[in-house]
Amino acid sequence: MEFSYEVKDSYAEVKADGRLNMVSAPKLREFVTDVIAGGSNRIVVNLENTAFMDSSGLGALIGCLKAARQAGGDLRIAAVQPQVNMVLKLTSMDKVLTAYTTAEEAFGND
Amino acid sequence: MTRFWTRLVVVLTVLTGLNYIAWRWMSSLNWDAWWIALPLVAAETYSLIDVMLFGMTVWNLKIRKGAPEPPHDATVDVFITTYNEDLDMVLTTALAAQKIRHPHSTWILDDGARPELKALCEQHGLGYVTRSEDWTKDLPRHAKAGNLNNALMVTDGEFLLILDADQIPEPDILEKTLGYFNNRRVALVQTPQYFSNVPASDPLGSQAPLFYGPIQQGKDGWNAAFFCGSNAILRREALMQLGLVGYVKETEKSIRRALAASRAAIRQARKSTDIDSPLVAEVLDEVEAATREAQQEVDAGQPLAEVTYRVRRRVDAAVQTLVQADVAALQADLEEIAAMELAHVGESGVPVVADDAVQRMSARDWSPLGALESVQAVLDALTVERTGEAQPVMPLATISVTEDMATAMRMHAMGWESVYHHEILAYGLAPEDLKTMLTQRLRWAQGTIQVLLRENPLVQKGLKLGQRLMYFATMWTYLSGFAAVIYFAAPIIYLLLGILPVSSLSWDFFIRFIPFMVVNQLLFAVAGRGIPTWRGQQYSLALFPTWIKACTTAARNVWFGRPLGFAVTPKARQTGGPSWSLIRPQIVVSVLLAVAAVVGIIRLATGLAEPLGTLVNVIWVVFDLVVMSILVRAVLYKGYEPAAEPATREES
Repeated sequence: MEFSYEVKDSYAEVKADGRLNMVSAPKLREFVTDVIAGGSNRIVVNLENTAFMDSSGLGALIGCLKAARQAGGDLRIAAVQPQVNMVLKLTSMDKVLTAYTTAEEAFGND
Repeated sequence: MTRFWTRLVVVLTVLTGLNYIAWRWMSSLNWDAWWIALPLVAAETYSLIDVMLFGMTVWNLKIRKGAPEPPHDATVDVFITTYNEDLDMVLTTALAAQKIRHPHSTWILDDGARPELKALCEQHGLGYVTRSEDWTKDLPRHAKAGNLNNALMVTDGEFLLILDADQIPEPDILEKTLGYFNNRRVALVQTPQYFSNVPASDPLGSQAPLFYGPIQQGKDGWNAAFFCGSNAILRREALMQLGLVGYVKETEKSIRRALAASRAAIRQARKSTDIDSPLVAEVLDEVEAATREAQQEVDAGQPLAEVTYRVRRRVDAAVQTLVQADVAALQADLEEIAAMELAHVGESGVPVVADDAVQRMSARDWSPLGALESVQAVLDALTVERTGEAQPVMPLATISVTEDMATAMRMHAMGWESVYHHEILAYGLAPEDLKTMLTQRLRWAQGTIQVLLRENPLVQKGLKLGQRLMYFATMWTYLSGFAAVIYFAAPIIYLLLGILPVSSLSWDFFIRFIPFMVVNQLLFAVAGRGIPTWRGQQYSLALFPTWIKACTTAARNVWFGRPLGFAVTPKARQTGGPSWSLIRPQIVVSVLLAVAAVVGIIRLATGLAEPLGTLVNVIWVVFDLVVMSILVRAVLYKGYEPAAEPATREES
């Protein structure tokens, strides 16, 4: 799995390309924590190239959400792929994390 | 009486042969030229073993008097296998098969899945079978063996008559053969393959009168007549037994392989620095404990289905614990977020992940264990479903491109008997051009060598010594390409360089060699009872590049998993006359032989060579060239013309 981030006008976009699973989940946590420590507390995780997510991956996303909130910001997700979407629905996490179509839209109205 | 004479000549051949070869090894080798002396004596030893195996074959020649009355209620499926053959030809064969007198169902097994052929079958009331949905793209298809295995699952006749698409059966083919199955141990009746589009001169050596004659009759005497892919009747029960035994054996093998691999996979997963969660370590511990226990259970002979099921249950439970832990952590995070009151986390408080969601997240396709690919692969392989094959039960052997021989050998190893019925009951079509013929011979040779390397008959449990040697004899003949090269090289080396591989061409040589050669030829004459064997002898030498290529490609395939097809016969020019390029190695060798003869005679004339050595080697060269000459006729052959005289079985 490959991570990258880019600071935009009002948020930082994190890209997580590959399979978000037991092996890569801790790395996502670490990566996002670093981005927050770097001063961005409004994070969009762009999942357009995340083909798969398991329970550890989901746990990491929520963990990152907590970290962003603790830093006074928020974490949103965008461009969710079918399997990830199914996992979010199945676990009711879609009520916590709204899936935006694109990263630009995620903080579009605030 | 013929049997007596045959055996007498066999004994004489063995005695004169051993006498000659023992002398060759012990007192004739020219050690100064060991680099040709040793290969030549090895080639001669190869040939002697070949002749002795032939002698052993005809020793027990079985001439059957015909089958007893067949059981009238025996049910038969006639299978016509096709892939891309001309539809007219397939239909002609199928309609002839329909007219076979004994009650039966006729099926066309169309591996090409051609809608036109399906329509023709419906029109003529023929059964039509294509591969079932189980044969998905990612699974091996196993060519003709796969086609037959697929059809076996959707038909139910007690006996199966297998016909290639070009083999037009006689109406009495079943009446003449089914009676052999009154013996409950008989699993196979093979009849000859004979080709109706071959002129008397048989330029491509298509007819195999020695094989579909004394050789199969001799093997029959040892209960080792084998299946040749077409014109044969098989007992379904025997095939199914073969498939089931094979299934159990393969399953146990793959489970043992998976268990053996599990330790390394788990060790590797533990070492990987990516995972430091204690929960993951616990899952790995559990997987290790489960596979270790499974190993003990398999060793104790417990049913594989239960062992693998228990492993799966244990691993599933461990994975579920892991998912539950992930979910619990996630839920705790959500509670914390809610407690911070920094933002609302949904309209109705913290959402709770339901149990069925945990179940779903624990299933194989979404399991966190999937991240540990090697561990997951081991667990996937711990199954009795034989997931690597389209169907768990594969009655026809799939270890070789010549599934027929491999299948027959396994049947014999399980104690079944076979029959060779020496009467032409189907008429086929042989290749009419050299290129197709060469490709076909290459495949046969490759298949035979594959069987030799994968299931060497000499060490197969269940086969009797005679059967082992009979199968081995056929495989041995396909090694002739290497000997041929030496037989071509030796006279060239003498005539060009004056180097003789034997210490002297003296009385000692001729007194031992000539009786052996004479008795050897006599053996073929007596055993063959006047059938033409010369064409076969020519091709066994002249096609040496094909035989060598078959051995090397089959070895690469079996040992290194390389595909067989990467070395197909070079493409002939489709138009524009004869394709000499197909026999380039033979042309080179022939030119060398001719040049060597001329040089040898010049050396003799100038006193550089001795007369006797030159004479013997020039005769040898002439013999080699006469052998090779068949290839000229083969290249120039323009195909069968029905207007010409019909094929007969006379010497040409």
